[in-house]
Amino acid sequence: MNKLQIITSGILKNNPTFVLVLGMCPTLGTTTSASNGMGMGLATMAVLIMSNLVISLIKNLIPDKVRIPAFIVVIASFVTIIQMLMQAFVPALYASLGVFIPLIVVNCIILGRAEAFASKNGAFDSILDGVGIGLGFTLSLTAIGAVREILGSGAIFGYALGTADVMPLVFVLAPGGFLTLGYLMVLFNKLAKK
Amino acid sequence: MVAVLFSITLIASAGVGAVNMITVEPIAAAKAAATQQALSEVLPAFERTSIDELEVDGLPIRVYTASNGEALAGYAVETMTKQGFNGVVKLMVGFLPDGTVTNVNVLEQSETPGLGTKMTEEGNPLLASIRNRKLEEKKLVGGKLAVTKDGGDVDALTAATISSRAYVDAINRAWMAMTSVKEGTRPTDVATGATVQHTEQTEEPAAREGERDE
Amino acid sequence: MEISYFAIIIGAIFVNNVVLAQFLGICPFLGVSSKVETSLGMSAAVTFVMALTALVCWPLQEYVLNPLGIGYMQTIVFILVIAALVQMVEIILKKVSPALYQALGIFLPLITTNCAVLGVAILMIQKEFTLLQSVTYSVATAIGFGLALVLFAGLRERLDFEDVPAAFKGVPIALITAGILAMAFMGFSGLV
Repeated sequence: MNKLQIITSGILKNNPTFVLVLGMCPTLGTTTSASNGMGMGLATMAVLIMSNLVISLIKNLIPDKVRIPAFIVVIASFVTIIQMLMQAFVPALYASLGVFIPLIVVNCIILGRAEAFASKNGAFDSILDGVGIGLGFTLSLTAIGAVREILGSGAIFGYALGTADVMPLVFVLAPGGFLTLGYLMVLFNKLAKK
Repeated sequence: MVAVLFSITLIASAGVGAVNMITVEPIAAAKAAATQQALSEVLPAFERTSIDELEVDGLPIRVYTASNGEALAGYAVETMTKQGFNGVVKLMVGFLPDGTVTNVNVLEQSETPGLGTKMTEEGNPLLASIRNRKLEEKKLVGGKLAVTKDGGDVDALTAATISSRAYVDAINRAWMAMTSVKEGTRPTDVATGATVQHTEQTEEPAAREGERDE
Repeated sequence: MEISYFAIIIGAIFVNNVVLAQFLGICPFLGVSSKVETSLGMSAAVTFVMALTALVCWPLQEYVLNPLGIGYMQTIVFILVIAALVQMVEIILKKVSPALYQALGIFLPLITTNCAVLGVAILMIQKEFTLLQSVTYSVATAIGFGLALVLFAGLRERLDFEDVPAAFKGVPIALITAGILAMAFMGFSGLV
């Protein structure tokens, strides 16, 4: 697999949200607006790249039996670091993402990539895989967030479209999350088949 | 096997600790900036503040007494409630020396987007019901503010009664705390364990900004 | 004014249902909800682990992390506690009650990465609950999880017999069904 393919496969063929259906909790929980979705995607991508890198470097040192706990420790440390950095430098975004930042630890995407890719490949390829999957996740979350923001609060990236009063509020509430993701997945399936 | 896992944990913790040391100051600075911002949004211009820490109904409430020289500029109360739809709601409430509510700033909330979160919007019914009013002149229920549903005259947010009640609860607590600081008494509803801690804040935000300009 | 236990229980089960309103634990919600029977087993396992997590994590935060001033290690410590607890429960269950292990065993490893468990542990600290409140909250949340899971499994068993368009098959139709279920749960919001 060439280097470019590693990246593009994360965005399309192995899109974590629409194809692998992983990491559904943050996907639904943080996409009340395009910028929240994007923030969550970028935070996850940062953790994913760093944990992929470290795990690919230390993979030979870890005995097979304690593999999973070791991965979890590495991932949890990076999540905590990201959490503190966000709290310090983007406090508003940190506040709006809330409990979903520490919950990046249990995002199946990250542990999944550690197990399926980083523990079998070299450092550079692992970083590329992190970038690809991370971009795929960020793009999906931004798209879902944008759809929900336009339909639910009549705005995009916080810029009001002047339609706030006629839009059905339900799209920024919980049910709208499920519905938006469901229909976008249908759309993705339709387009992928062509 | 255990040794490897243990050393990984140790190295990881050291790394996290190191980042914590780097970020602890920016985090504190970001919080202080947010407080300062909230103060200036709810109060008229002031030179310095002194802080009183109170406990009302078991929750910590902080009263900032703002003044210009010797003249009292107003009170800002950092108040909270745990009765929100999703737990804690924190507000900064500004009072003029005569008790008129100047403004309310929502510091922290995790209410339902589009319903309870309307409390953060400028000119929402909750704020409109109390802004530029003296609370003792409102229709009180048992000496406290209440939403119209509970017999008071504070207009609730549409379809967000719980969030509205929480907001009013926090405002009541702020009012109690402000009154007790103003009159030098203990908060009226606290039976035991009222701890009032008074600290003078020597930092003068206005002057500090002046220095930066030079 | 303390929050009453009744309000915590009703709030966690219906109003702020962990799956349908807070979006935690979606993976097992979509993954193991194809049959009512398996979803009952999963809910039982989650309830057990969540109660234990609250019992262990709350004292850890209060008496170890906070006094040492390392509250920021919360995420790392909690996830390790949960992983260790799940392992322990698995070993003990295997020895003590092979029958129960047969029923719950396959669900246990899945719980470590169930974000509802870690989420509840973090939220109970954030909400500044007491130990008893935390345990109540955890168990009620787990019951809410179970309720959503079993209801959803019932719906999906019916869906199997329906003629669903190809692009909707599998996860998409499940998500849309969940959306409608979430709308029904919104009706509870005036309850507390």
